[in-house]
Amino acid sequence: MEGANWRRWAGYTVASSYELLHDREYHAIRSSAALLDVTPLYKYLVTGKDAARLVDRVIVRDALHARVGQVMYTCWCDSAGKVIDDGTVSRLGDETFRITSADPSLRWFALNAAGLHAKIEDVTESTAALALQGPNARAILQQLTGADLAHLKYFRVVSTTLRDMPVQISRTGYTGDLGYEIWLHAHDALAIWDALIEAGTPYGIVPCGMLGLDMARIEAGLMLLEVDYVSAHRALIEGQKSSPYELNLGWAVDLKKEWFVGKDALALEAARGPAWRFIGIEVDWENLERLYAEVKLPPRLPAQAWRVSVPLYVEGRQVGYATSGCWSPLLKKYIALGHVEAAYGNPGSRLAMEVTVEHRRKQAAATVVPTPFFNPDRKRA
Amino acid sequence: MAANRYDAIVIGGGHNGLIAAAYLARAGRKVVVLERRERVGGAAVTEEIFPGFKFSMFSYVVSLLRPEIIRDLRLPEHGLQILPLESTLTPMENGDYFAAWADHDQTRRELLRHSALDAEAYDEYGRLMYHMAHAVKPILGMVPPDPASLRPRDLKGMLAVGNHFRSLGAEQFHAMFKLMTMSSADFLDEWFETDVLKATKSASGIIGTFLGPRSPGTAYVLLHHYMGELDGVFRAWGFQKGGTGGISEAIAASARSLGVAIRCGQTVQKVREKDGRVRGVVLENGDEIDANIVLTSLDPRRSFLELVDRKALPDEFVADISRFKFRGSSGKVNLALGALPDFTCMPGFGPHLRGAMSISPSMDYVERAYDDAKYGEFSKRPYMDIVIPSLIDPGMAPPGKHVMSVFVQYAPYNLNGGWTDAKREAFGDAVIGAIERFAPNIRSCIEHRQVLTPLDIERITGLSEGNIFQGELALHQLFFLRPAPGWARFRTPIRNYYQCGSGTHPGGGIMGASGRLGAMAVLEDHA
Repeated sequence: MEGANWRRWAGYTVASSYELLHDREYHAIRSSAALLDVTPLYKYLVTGKDAARLVDRVIVRDALHARVGQVMYTCWCDSAGKVIDDGTVSRLGDETFRITSADPSLRWFALNAAGLHAKIEDVTESTAALALQGPNARAILQQLTGADLAHLKYFRVVSTTLRDMPVQISRTGYTGDLGYEIWLHAHDALAIWDALIEAGTPYGIVPCGMLGLDMARIEAGLMLLEVDYVSAHRALIEGQKSSPYELNLGWAVDLKKEWFVGKDALALEAARGPAWRFIGIEVDWENLERLYAEVKLPPRLPAQAWRVSVPLYVEGRQVGYATSGCWSPLLKKYIALGHVEAAYGNPGSRLAMEVTVEHRRKQAAATVVPTPFFNPDRKRA
Repeated sequence: MAANRYDAIVIGGGHNGLIAAAYLARAGRKVVVLERRERVGGAAVTEEIFPGFKFSMFSYVVSLLRPEIIRDLRLPEHGLQILPLESTLTPMENGDYFAAWADHDQTRRELLRHSALDAEAYDEYGRLMYHMAHAVKPILGMVPPDPASLRPRDLKGMLAVGNHFRSLGAEQFHAMFKLMTMSSADFLDEWFETDVLKATKSASGIIGTFLGPRSPGTAYVLLHHYMGELDGVFRAWGFQKGGTGGISEAIAASARSLGVAIRCGQTVQKVREKDGRVRGVVLENGDEIDANIVLTSLDPRRSFLELVDRKALPDEFVADISRFKFRGSSGKVNLALGALPDFTCMPGFGPHLRGAMSISPSMDYVERAYDDAKYGEFSKRPYMDIVIPSLIDPGMAPPGKHVMSVFVQYAPYNLNGGWTDAKREAFGDAVIGAIERFAPNIRSCIEHRQVLTPLDIERITGLSEGNIFQGELALHQLFFLRPAPGWARFRTPIRNYYQCGSGTHPGGGIMGASGRLGAMAVLEDHA
C-alpha cells in the first residue's frame, strides 16, 4: 500500500484511505468490490432466557417477533423519546442477539435489564468485522463459504464457515449497495482478510478506508452519529436532541409494542407530527456554476465528503442546516443530508444552501429529494 | 403513412446522433434515429469479440463528455458510470520509466528523479494550461462565429471571443498564440528537459491526426487534456463501466425514455430534398420516411457527397467538403489475455497496470513512427496507448483473465499497395513486437487478438478513411472552418438539413457537444 493515513474510530486507528487518494476505493464500492475493516464498531452479545425481552424493551422496533437469522436496523431512545444511538440488531438464536452501535452502549442496556434473565457482554474486542461491499461481493464471498448466499436475503444473517473458520455472514452494510458483513473471531481476522483479497482479486476487490465509505453512505442516505445527529446522552442542550421522527426513522418506531423506552413520548409526537425532518438535498448545478462564474472560476466541489454544519435557507430565512455532503461521482450530483423545519421537508421543496465561493458566503439553490440518493436493485436482489 | 412520419429524422445512432435526438425529444419533437448497424453506438460500442472477453472495440476511454449533457439527459440514472483511469506509465528504452500518478505530489516526486528543473516547471506548466483551457473552454460550448461574416450574430460572437481573449492578460495571450501555431515538441521544449516526459505529453497532441509531434499546430491539441480537468469533479475522464458501449446505451436509454424511436439495421440511402428543402429519407430497402427536419450525425463526406444529390449543393461547398481531410492514421489491437503483462521497468503486478501505459519512450521514437506513415507505411515501432480495462472493471473478462486495448498510431489509411489480410497481420505482429520490447511476456499472455486497421474501422463504423474524429482535428479544420467555411453553424446549404456529428465544431472524442449544439440549432430555427 502506498501510504495509509489514519484516523481515530472508537479508540482504534483505521485507514482513511489505503491509497494516497480515496477515489478508487470509493469506485470499487459501486463498480466491483471493496473490503472494509469495520471492527471498531461497538458489538454486544445479549443472551439468556429474557434476551428478546431486553432487546425489545430498549429498541423502537419489535424484537420479540424477530425471526432467528433476521437483522434489524433500528435506533433506541431515552425516556423522552430522543435518539441515543442507531445500529443493527441480529437475532442469532432464540436467546442470542448481537447489537452493534456507534457509541458505547453496555451501560444503557444493563440499566434496562433490571429484573430480566439476560446477560450483556461487550464483544467489541473479540469479534472482528469485515464489510465486503459492491456488485461483485457475492461472487467473491461465495467462493469461500458453503452458505448459499444467493438465497441470503437482504438484512438476514447466517452462521457458517469461511475456509473452515467459523463466521456469521449478514447481508448488510453501510454503503447502500449489494454487500455483506462478516463477523468473526478476532484471531481469524488476518487469515480471512487475506482469503478475501485472494478470492477477490480477479473480481477487482480493493481495500477501502473511511473516506470512500463516507461518500457511499451519503449516497445511500445513511446517517452517522455525532455527524448528522447528536446522541441524547451527549447533547448539551435540549435543541441538540432529535426524535426518530425527526431523523426520518419514524418507519422503525413500533407503537403497537406493549412498551419500550420512550414509547409514551413518541406516541404523543406521532400524533402531533415532528418539528423537524431529516432530508436529502440536491444542489442545483446551474446555479452553483453561476455563483462561481461571477468570480470567473469554474465550480469547485469537495473532493471528499464534508462533515460540518451548513445553513439552509428559504427566502433568506434560515430553516435548517445540512450536516454532511459530498459530490457524488456516480450520480454526478452535489448531494447533502440535513435537517429542516418540518414544513420545508417535502420532496420538491426549494431551499438554498450556503456555499463559500472564493471566501464569500453565497447561497446555492437546492431541492429536497427523497433518500436514498442511490438505491440499486442489486442491493436487495 | 403516419407511422413513417416524424418531426425529425436523425441519421446515425452514434453518441452524437443519440444526443441530438434526445434533446429534440426533450423539446417535444417526435424523433426517429436510423442506425445502419444492429446496435447503437457507432464507434462507441462494447462487443464480446471472443467468448467472455468484452472490448470497447474502437473508442476506449471517455474524456470530455459534456457535463451539461450528463445532467440534461440524466445519464447517471440511465447507466453512465465512469471509473477513473489514474496513472500513465511510460517505459523507457534504457529500462527506466516515467510514471504520472493520480496524486499530484507523487508525480512531482517521480519527476524529481528525472530532473529537478522539470519538477519545478511541472506545476507552473500545469497552472498555465489550466488557465488556457479555462480560456478556451467557453468556446467549446458555443456556436462558432464566422470572422469573415458581417452578420450581427457573427460580429457579436467574434466580439465575445475577442473580449474573452483580451481578458486573458499578456502572458496568457502570448502562450495562447504559441499553442495555436507551434508544434507540440517545440512548445514542450520551452518548458521541460526530460525527453520521456515531453514524448508522453506530445503523444496526446497527435492522436487522430496525420501529424507528428514536430509538425506545427500540434501544440493546440495538448490543451484538450486539460479541458477535462476543468470539469474536475465531473470526472468525465476515464473508463465507462462495461466499456464505451455503456455510454451509448445510457444515452439511448435516456433518448427512449424521452420518446425517441431508435431503429437499428436501417441504412439510409438518400436524403430526399425538393426545392432546396429536406423532405425525409429513403432507406436502402426502398422504404421512405418523411420528416421536415433531417439531422446527419455522419461525417461530412457521407453527409454531403453520398447522401445528398450533388446538384442540391453549391459547387464551392462541394469543393470544400471534398478537400476536408480525413486521413485515418490510427489502428486498434484488442487482446484477450490469460495473464497480465510484466513490464521490465516495473515488474510484477502494481497500480501502474490499472492506468494507461504509453509506448512513447522518446521524442525521436514518436517522430520516427510518424516518418514511416508519412511515406505510406505503418509504423514499425508505433506509438501506443495501452489500457487493461478488466483491471478497472473486472466484468470485462472472465475472472482472472484480462482484456487489453492497444490504440496504435500510425497506421495510414492509404497504405502503400493498400491494406490486405496479410498486411493487417503484419501490422498486428509489429504492434506485439513493439510491446514485447517493454513487456517481454506479452506473447505468452495472448489468447486471442483482433487487429483493426483504418480500413476496418471505416468498413465497420462507416467513418470515412477510418478517421476516429470524423475528420482530422487539425487547426485548419476546427472552429469556424469545421467542416467548411460558412457552414460551421450546424446548418447546411439544404434547408432543414442539419449536421450534428463530430465533423462539426467542436468535434472529436466522446464529447457530445456536436450532437447537442446541432439539436439546439434545429430548435432555434423551429421554435
